[in-house]
Amino acid sequence: MAFALEMRGITKSFPGVRALKGVDFELEAGEVHALVGENGAGKSTLMKILSGLYTADEGEIRLHGKPITTTGIRSMLDAGVSVIYQELNLVRHLSVAENIFLGREPLLAGSLIDWSKMDKDVKKLLEPFGIDLNPRAKIYTLGPAYQQVVEIVKALSLNSEIIVMDEPTAALTGNEVERLFDIIRSLKASGVSVIYISHRLEELAKVADRVTIIRDGQKIITKAIAELKTDEIIRHMVGRSLDEQYPKMTIPVGREVLRVENLTKQGVCQDVSFHVNQGEIVGFTGLVGAGRTEIMQLLFGHTQADSGQVFIDGVKTHIRSPRDAVKMGIGLIPEERKQQGLVLGLSVLDNASLTVLDLFSRFGVLLGRSLQAKVKSMVDKMDIKTPSLKQQVLHLSGGNQQKVVLAKWFLRDCRLYIFDEPTRGIDVGAKVEIYKLMQNLAKEGAAVIMVSSELLEVMNMSDRIEVVFSGAIVAEFKRDEADSERVMEYALGLHSQTSIKLQVEGHQDGA
Amino acid sequence: MELSLKGILKNYGILIAFFAICAIISILSPVFLAPNNIINVIRQTSIYGIIAVGMTFVILTGGIDLSVGSILAVSGAVCAGLIHAQLPVAAVIAAALGVGIAFGVFNGLFITLGKITPFVVTLGMMGIARGITLIYTNGYPISGLPEDFRFVGSGYLFGLPIPVLIFIAVVLVAHFVLTQTRMGRYTYAIGGNEAAVRLSGINANFYKALAYVIAGATAGLSSVILTARLNSAEPVAGNGYELDVIAAVVIGGTSLSGGRGSIWGTFIGALMIGVINNGMNLLGISSYFQLVVKGLIIIGAVWLDRLRDESN
Repeated sequence: MAFALEMRGITKSFPGVRALKGVDFELEAGEVHALVGENGAGKSTLMKILSGLYTADEGEIRLHGKPITTTGIRSMLDAGVSVIYQELNLVRHLSVAENIFLGREPLLAGSLIDWSKMDKDVKKLLEPFGIDLNPRAKIYTLGPAYQQVVEIVKALSLNSEIIVMDEPTAALTGNEVERLFDIIRSLKASGVSVIYISHRLEELAKVADRVTIIRDGQKIITKAIAELKTDEIIRHMVGRSLDEQYPKMTIPVGREVLRVENLTKQGVCQDVSFHVNQGEIVGFTGLVGAGRTEIMQLLFGHTQADSGQVFIDGVKTHIRSPRDAVKMGIGLIPEERKQQGLVLGLSVLDNASLTVLDLFSRFGVLLGRSLQAKVKSMVDKMDIKTPSLKQQVLHLSGGNQQKVVLAKWFLRDCRLYIFDEPTRGIDVGAKVEIYKLMQNLAKEGAAVIMVSSELLEVMNMSDRIEVVFSGAIVAEFKRDEADSERVMEYALGLHSQTSIKLQVEGHQDGA
Repeated sequence: MELSLKGILKNYGILIAFFAICAIISILSPVFLAPNNIINVIRQTSIYGIIAVGMTFVILTGGIDLSVGSILAVSGAVCAGLIHAQLPVAAVIAAALGVGIAFGVFNGLFITLGKITPFVVTLGMMGIARGITLIYTNGYPISGLPEDFRFVGSGYLFGLPIPVLIFIAVVLVAHFVLTQTRMGRYTYAIGGNEAAVRLSGINANFYKALAYVIAGATAGLSSVILTARLNSAEPVAGNGYELDVIAAVVIGGTSLSGGRGSIWGTFIGALMIGVINNGMNLLGISSYFQLVVKGLIIIGAVWLDRLRDESN
C-alpha cells in the first residue's frame, strides 16, 4: 500500500544556510508520527515545504503515491494537508463557527450567511470528540486547549487527511494535554494521519507510533517509538554526548547580586522571591505562558510590579524603565531575537554598540574610531562570523545574530545578565558556544539568570533551578538534587494545590 | 559585473534619474539651463527642501508628519505679525522657529506618550495649525514687510541666494547629526526596531519625539524664508506642502517603513521635485495636472522601494 505521504530527497537552502539536505519522510495512513529535533534542525522548514509555504529546491512529495505537481498553500490544503502552527491562526474576535468556515461560509440565497447551518455543522464536527463548545463563542473567550480544538476541527472540515501539529502542547496544562491526546487518538481511529512536532520527549511515547529525528537538516533515523529510549532520542538529536553539549564548570559562588522579594503583579505573577549570586547561573523553567518572561520584564523595568522589592548588591532599588535597569548594570537578552533584540536592517557595529553609545560620545557626537575598535575586539573575542562590521545583521546566521545581541550587553559589562531562551532557533554548535560565553560571564563574577523551556538546557547548565507555574515559583532545585521528571511535574502544576487563577495564558493584548 | 551594475543603480539610481530628467527638460525647453532659471529652481527648492530634511528624521523613525505645511503657515503668520510689532529681525526669526518647535513638541508628545499613530496626530495638527493661522490672520495676508527682513528671502551672499545657503547649511548639519551623533544612530535604530532600542535601555520616546520637533523647527525656519520672499504671510501658505516634502524624502530613497535612508538622498529628491515642478511650468503644463504627476511620483517611488526590498 502506498504511504499517505512520502517526501523524498527534500533539499532547501536559504541565503547562507543549507536548511535541509536530502530528507526522506514517510507517513502511513492513520499513523501518529513524531518529528523531533533541536531548534533549527529543520523540522519547521520541512513542514513549511509540506504546507506549500516554501518550495523545495530539490525533492519530491507524493500523496497516496501520486506526485504533487502544483505547490502553494491553497493546493496543499485542497490535497488534504493542514498545518496547525504553534501560534494559532485564529481571528480572535470572530466566533468558533466563523473561524472554522472563514472564507467558506455556507450561504442563504447566495449572499447571506446561513448561521444556523454553520452552527449545526460545527456541532456535527465536534461530536466525535465529545466536546461541547458553543459555535457562537468568540475565540478570545476560549482557553488555549479549546483554541487548539477549533484549529483541529477547522482542518477536519477541510477534509484533511494529514494534520501537522507544531508544539500543540506548549501552552497546555496536564489535563488539557490528556484531552488533546484523546482527540489525536480518535483522529487516528478515523484514518487521519498526524505529524506531531514536540520538544516534550516524554509525551511522545504516549501518543506517537513512530518517530523521525532530524539534526542539522538531515534525517538521522526513523523508528517505532517503542524501540527508542528517551536518552537515545536525545543522543540522536544532539549528535554528541551531553558533557560536550553542556560545558558546565564549577564556579565558586560569590556575594549576592540580586534579591527579589514578593514581587507581585496582578494577572502576571504572585509573591515571587529568589536571589542570584555572583558566579551562579539560575535557571527558570516552566511552561510557555507560565509567566517566566513576564517576571524578567518586571525586573528589567519593561513593565511595573504592583508590589514587592528588588535589591541589587543589597541595596533596595526601583527600576521603572529598561533605562534604569541598564544603569543598574542589568542586561536582558530577550526571548525574541529578531523582534526585540536586533535592528535587523542595521549593521553589526550599529547593533552591538546600541547599548554603549552614551559611553562613546562627547556632547552627543560619536567617538567613531574608539567605538569601532571596541566593537571589533568584542566581535573577535566572541568569534562572531561576519564579513565586516558593516554587514547587516539580517544576513547573519541565527547563532551569530544571537552573539551580536550578547555582544551588545557584554560591551556594557553588566553585573546581572538575564538570558531569555538564549538558544532558541540556533544550531547545535552555536549553542555550545553560547553556553561557554555564559559560563565565562559567571566566571568573571557576573550573576546569570537563564529562562528556558528546554529542559535539558536548564538541567545541565543551571546551578539552581526555579520552576514557575501559573505566575508563581512552585519549586526550587539545587543542581545535584534536580531530576527531570520532578522538574517537569512541577512545571505542569501537578504539585500545586492552590492554582492561582491568572490570565497569563492566551492573554495578549492586541499589538 | 551583474553585482556592480546592481550596486550602481542602487546607490546612484536617484542621481542618474535626476540627470536624465534634467536632460529631457533641457531638450524640451532650453530656457531650463539658463543661469537665472537654475538659481530660481534651487531657491524654490530650498523652501520645502529644508522641511524635507526635518521630514527625513520623522520618516526614518517610521513615522510621518502631515502637519508641516500648516505649521509653516502659523509660524509665517507669527513672523509677519511680530515684524509689524517692530520686533528686531533676529528675535522674529527665533520666534518663528520657536512656534515650529512648539508644534513639533505637541506632535511628539501625543505620538509617544499618548500612543496615537503619527498619521492621526499630525493629520489633526494639520487642521489645528491651519485653523490657528486663519484665526490669527482673520483670513487676510499680513504683508508690507521691511527691507532688512525681506533680505532673508531675496538677498544674496557670496553670489548665492540666502535661502539656498540656509538650505545647504541645514543639509550639512542634518547629515552630520544623522551620521556622527548618538541621536542619529538612535533615529535609524528606532525606525528599524523600536522594541529593540527600548530594551537596550534607551529612552526611545525622547528620540522619537525629537524627530517631530526637528520637523517642526524646519517648518518654522522655512516659513521665515517664504514670508520674507513673498513679502507677505499668506494664511494658505504651505497648503499641500506635505505632498512635495514627503515626495522629496521618498524619492531620495528613505523608506516609509523607517530605518533606512539619508539626507543626501533627500537633498537630491528635493532638487528632483524642484526640477520637475519647474520643467512642467516651463512646458506650460497646468498646475492641476502637476498635482496628478506629483501624486504619481510618490506612489511610483514607494513602489520602486518595495521592488528593491523584495529583490534583497
